[in-house]
Amino acid sequence: MLDFLYQTLLAFDATLRIATPLMLCAMAGIFSERSGIVDISLEGKLLSGAFVAATVAALTGSAWLGLGCAILAGITMSLIHGFACITHKGDQVVSGVAINILASGLTIVLGIALFKRGGQTPSLPKEDRFTPIEWWGVEMMDSVPVLGSIYRQLISGHNMLVYVALLCVPLTAFILYKTRFGLRLRAVGEVPQAVDSAGISVTWLRYRALILGGALCGIAGAYLSIAQGGNFVKEMSAGKGYIALAAVIFGNWKPFTAFFACLMFGFLDAVTARLEGYELFLIGEIPSQLMQAIPYILTVLLLAGFIGKPRPPAAIGQPYHK
Amino acid sequence: MTYALELKDVSKSFGLVHANKDIDLAVSPGSIHGIIGENGAGKSTLMNIIYGMHRADKGTISFNGQQVDVRSSADAIEHGIGMVHQHFMLVPTFSVLENVMLGSEGGLTLSEGRATALERLTHLSTTYNLEVDPHALVSDLNVGQRQRVEIIKALKGGAKVLILDEPTGVLTPQEADQLFEILKVLRDDGVSVLLITHKLTEIMDITDTVSIMRQGEMVGHRKTSETSPQDLAELMVGREVLLEVTRTPATPAEVRFSAKNLGYTNSQGVVELEDINFEVRAGEILGVAGVSGNGQTQLMETLAGMLPLTTGVINILGTEVTSADATSPRIIRDLGVGHIPEDRHTHGLILDFEARENMILGFHDSELAGSGKLFDYSAIQQNCEDKMAHFDVRPSNPRLSAKNFSGGNQQKIVIAREFSANPGVLLVGQPTRGVDVGAIEFIHKQLLELRDAGCAILLVSVELDEVMSLADRIMVLCDGQNVGIIDAEKADRSTLGLMMAGQKAEAAT
Repeated sequence: MLDFLYQTLLAFDATLRIATPLMLCAMAGIFSERSGIVDISLEGKLLSGAFVAATVAALTGSAWLGLGCAILAGITMSLIHGFACITHKGDQVVSGVAINILASGLTIVLGIALFKRGGQTPSLPKEDRFTPIEWWGVEMMDSVPVLGSIYRQLISGHNMLVYVALLCVPLTAFILYKTRFGLRLRAVGEVPQAVDSAGISVTWLRYRALILGGALCGIAGAYLSIAQGGNFVKEMSAGKGYIALAAVIFGNWKPFTAFFACLMFGFLDAVTARLEGYELFLIGEIPSQLMQAIPYILTVLLLAGFIGKPRPPAAIGQPYHK
Repeated sequence: MTYALELKDVSKSFGLVHANKDIDLAVSPGSIHGIIGENGAGKSTLMNIIYGMHRADKGTISFNGQQVDVRSSADAIEHGIGMVHQHFMLVPTFSVLENVMLGSEGGLTLSEGRATALERLTHLSTTYNLEVDPHALVSDLNVGQRQRVEIIKALKGGAKVLILDEPTGVLTPQEADQLFEILKVLRDDGVSVLLITHKLTEIMDITDTVSIMRQGEMVGHRKTSETSPQDLAELMVGREVLLEVTRTPATPAEVRFSAKNLGYTNSQGVVELEDINFEVRAGEILGVAGVSGNGQTQLMETLAGMLPLTTGVINILGTEVTSADATSPRIIRDLGVGHIPEDRHTHGLILDFEARENMILGFHDSELAGSGKLFDYSAIQQNCEDKMAHFDVRPSNPRLSAKNFSGGNQQKIVIAREFSANPGVLLVGQPTRGVDVGAIEFIHKQLLELRDAGCAILLVSVELDEVMSLADRIMVLCDGQNVGIIDAEKADRSTLGLMMAGQKAEAAT
């Protein structure tokens, strides 16, 4: 029984670690999509962030510089997206896909050119990464049964970026629903004409949303390569940007519901890793590919109207013409 | 005297099109000034220039005698201009208060400005009789209420000039009267109201002064008390026009077209038409009146076979069509029904196709397109030339793309195509929407001629004047239901207006 509890605890702990980049990217997606810009380029921004973080950290020996540059990289990718589809009113999906391809190719080419390791960056020593933070009183809590382990495993012992991601969720909700910027952002994704006629620049508003999103993707990228991992491996984003986008849709473009979707997708992933090779009673071994496909299958079912009704921002995907 | 708003020599082109050319305009403080002109005369462009949505190529704009440079809506708002757009600029998922706050939130977070905004909103709504619940979602409001929100938005910053672009298009006559009362209060309070419209009656009823636009130019300024509808119409069109249709009494014969218990429920499960019953006889026009969006589109589309029936029976020249039967526009057409769709750009024409190709849409299997399997382009060309001559389509060039014709001439192409198939039943939707006054006259005459030749016509229009002047009997739709059918002779605006708001015929008269 205790062993089962402990296993569950470990699964939740893994869930949190897997869900961290999803949460950051999902919040990025919410900012962007709520402003009316389809953000399929989360994946590309995440990947660029991961590469730049690892590269800068490897070259300078500073995780903080790595993080800062990753944020700049995410913002740069966002600005390219914005230039194509806000300034020049291009197709947002095409531009997003182009950014994903660009990021995928560029990170490999630059990686090979810089480090000559087949696209990988050198492994970072511990002090150049964001390492787990042990909270105060872990030793003391250890003597308390159950709660002690929960405190040690689940609450304490994560790296800083995990807590940043967790803070991002209420922060996003606050910005979206309680601030002037949020009100305008939600309005511009629904009826941009209303924003324009109120004397507010649609273009600048959407750029700001994309910049915020780019920064969050950059943080998520840094998490992958210099916090959770110790170097950049090519294609290391591995579809997490798409999963985050699925979580945005699943969460109906709302921060807290998207957060829970991230946790659910993260949990599925964590369980998959643990179930590999196990024979389940009556079912047998579940192919891990099936488990990995579940987020996408659920999203398709949601979009097809089988699970509730998604309500996307009304003006999403449409460039604003006066 | 200083004018509240003065424009001198304002011009604006889009590519080669002169949307506005050397416009002069002066509006006195505390007056209602009308701007009238046909569709495409440049009224909306001019208003968008005043409101900063477009930038004039040249010319000057002054407010209260001070020349200003209006570069954006924000500038215009700052100078005391408020605008109620033709298409509402409201966020349906927001509350009324949030919509009013947008753009003047009063601080970085919403909580700071909420109380003041609410106070301002309540103040405006009590002062000007603009009743609306600040906490209701805009999507739950009806059109009249939404317009009130728009007016509050326009006035919130203390606007001294209020522009209303075609404000009555979506209102019942009673709602329009209410709006006019509000405008009068505003005028007496010193606000200058600019009312853009293409309806002569509105200009005559409410304005103090009026400016007339035609093809991007200002062709006259008048005091309303010193002008007449006839005078204004001539200025708008540039020649003498007949405002009243001369109509002989109908001689209805046998029932050609009827519907019993007709209903339509859309894919989301919303009932859009319910229990519609009517019959149309040969040689009469049944008009369908109602505020736009009350089921007219669905009625036309179910009758034309574009949407399936959910319940009921349609009888077309003796053939019954029920929800169990497969229908399509093709099947309905083959039964002898002609259809002039409401939205000619989407359903009536293929804009990128040539006129001659549009002239045979839906008749590809007939001899019009040639007798063999292949198109006979000389026959198609000949067919188009004949019809263009007969229906006075200008320019009479069969090779010109449909998009290059004016609205009126596009409509004439659709009418020529549908009329020459000699339909026993004709469905007509918004025949004169976006059509110039000259062409309206022609289209109305053609419809009456077809009626006198024995066709059964169902006419749907949101222009009440059009329904009243053409129809022999009038059916009123409200919320997808038939409120009643009354004889056109007995119908007047107020009765119809009450019916459009949902009151039964007996109660309304």
